[in-house]
Amino acid sequence: MNDTVSRVNLAGTAAPSLAASDKLARSMRRRGDESRFWWLVPLLYILFLMLPIYWLMNMSFKTNQEILGTFSLWPQSPTLRNYQVILTDPSWYKGYINSIIYVVMNTVIAVTAALPAAYAFSRYRFLGDKHLFFWLLTNRMAPPAVFALPFFQLYSAFGLIDTHIAVALAHCLFNVPLAVWILEGFMSGVPKEIDETAYIDGYSFPRFFVKIFMPLIASGVGVAAFFCFMFSWVELLLARTLTTTEAKPISAIMTRTVSASGLDWGVLAAAGVLTIIPGALVIWFVRNYIAKGFALGRV
Amino acid sequence: MLEIRNVSTLVGGRTHIDGVSINLERGTLNVLLGPTLSGKTSLMRLMAGLDRPTSGQVLVDGKDVTGVPVQKRNVAMVYQQFINYPAMTVYENIASPLRVAGKDKGAIDKAVRDAAALLKLTPYLDRMPLSLSGGQQQRTALARAIVKNAELVLLDEPLANLDYKLREELRAELPRLFAATGAVFVYATTEPHEALLLGGNTATLSEGRITQFGPTVDVFRKPLDLITARTFADPPLNTLAVQKVGTRLEIEDGPALPLPPNANGTADGSYTIAIQPHHLSLSTPAGEAIALKGRVSIVEITGSESFVHLDFSGTRWVMLAHGIHQFEQGDEVTFWLEPRHIMVFDAYGRAATSLAEAA
Repeated sequence: MNDTVSRVNLAGTAAPSLAASDKLARSMRRRGDESRFWWLVPLLYILFLMLPIYWLMNMSFKTNQEILGTFSLWPQSPTLRNYQVILTDPSWYKGYINSIIYVVMNTVIAVTAALPAAYAFSRYRFLGDKHLFFWLLTNRMAPPAVFALPFFQLYSAFGLIDTHIAVALAHCLFNVPLAVWILEGFMSGVPKEIDETAYIDGYSFPRFFVKIFMPLIASGVGVAAFFCFMFSWVELLLARTLTTTEAKPISAIMTRTVSASGLDWGVLAAAGVLTIIPGALVIWFVRNYIAKGFALGRV
Repeated sequence: MLEIRNVSTLVGGRTHIDGVSINLERGTLNVLLGPTLSGKTSLMRLMAGLDRPTSGQVLVDGKDVTGVPVQKRNVAMVYQQFINYPAMTVYENIASPLRVAGKDKGAIDKAVRDAAALLKLTPYLDRMPLSLSGGQQQRTALARAIVKNAELVLLDEPLANLDYKLREELRAELPRLFAATGAVFVYATTEPHEALLLGGNTATLSEGRITQFGPTVDVFRKPLDLITARTFADPPLNTLAVQKVGTRLEIEDGPALPLPPNANGTADGSYTIAIQPHHLSLSTPAGEAIALKGRVSIVEITGSESFVHLDFSGTRWVMLAHGIHQFEQGDEVTFWLEPRHIMVFDAYGRAATSLAEAA
């Protein structure tokens, strides 16, 4: 109070405005008091979001007796046996290897096929280009189950059942259109004059595409690859339909763990944790571009 | 020498370039002057080989290069937008055409450093183009055009997106930079005064056709038709419909004007006269002049000059007057005009004056 008075005296004519700013500061402080619990809602949100994942991790470190017998918020007798089972038993870890093989194959095929297509859509006008472009996206509108039967019949005829390439190709039906859409957006953000300047400088098309153009759409390629990876990684129905033993993905193995001795809960939980990790890693790498990717590059 | 022979382009049923023929000599500066959508850029793209004409031929030194892809031609082009390779440093940007051509390292380094010094880019060679100012980005693009040592240098409104000061500076430097290379130098602009400042030759374009091509000052002072005169006037050209009777030009309910000396041989009838805005003045000129009266509608002051918009005989004229002049709307002013500055065009828009002079 003393302080205010002296300031008013010193400032003289500025007194009214000082009083006003004091009032503003006080009201702001009061509002600050009111939002002392600002962290409550975000905390609850994150808590509910993380709870299933925590519970999965919690289970993965427990023994089956503990999972079925008692309710505990954290492992009473922590064990790594579940992880040990997965990493030593070929029927488990081969599932991961199979998944990674066809996911990587699919990502490479989808992005490689989408790059020239997206370039054409972005740079050239041709008859029906807009319709074709939209039609591509409609491929994503059908549920994968629709294609399970025709794919099974088709791949059987060609002897591709239970191979990695079968799953990789099947997933292309969904991933190529998506990659084309994402890449087209990123490519259209690059002015056409850059292409022309490169041609004038003497670049051939392939050299221009690799040396000049690719660095400019690198983040788009990353985002497209990420979306392909994620879709292929989580897709279960087609992957399970097209494989039997040799190329069986981890998600299919996880659904078939009922053995004579009942369900092995702990191992299943550990498998779940290991399945989340690759996705989390990939998200970490593309986290800065992901928002632009969701907007299909059109930001 | 670059020769364009009767070239036309049709895009989606619309004519972009309509029967253009033009010869551009080596070591000359050629300005393409015309409003937006007049076909400047289309014509440049044809010259560069980025587009193929629907009909007609493009010849370089007498050789037909109409279908030759742009990579195989020795051209350089600078756009209105600042176009560089964003993922390369300024140094690599400038070096890029030489690297593609497969020059050895030492030669590339020397050429890049020389061009950078010429365009004052030496301190920025290790920077990325997008971290530079607009002027520096455009200078990078110009440096890339210079190192290439191309036979044909195309500049498509290169200074339009720059601020005033930079534009003045670069405009003065540009002809000098490219003069030494002995290339055919083509510069597109929408601004008449830019064409005059650059000098050289000017081709005026309108709706995909070249209306006139010749030394810039000649085109400016003796336009062969009304469209050229309009294209080459800023502020807009003052025009008026007149009737020629003997040695007088009669204006409908207005004063009669004397016939300019070089339009003597023309027949009586309907004509359009045109007068450049800077040929109207508020003070009595030294030579023979006539006084006219008009009403002021608006005055725009641009520092050392004033644009006085006048209502004269039912049309709107603009006078470019030196100094600052303040008028109220509706003021009646007397202004002066020298008869020799009147350009007379016939009903087809052809110059009656120049034709008479040529005859």
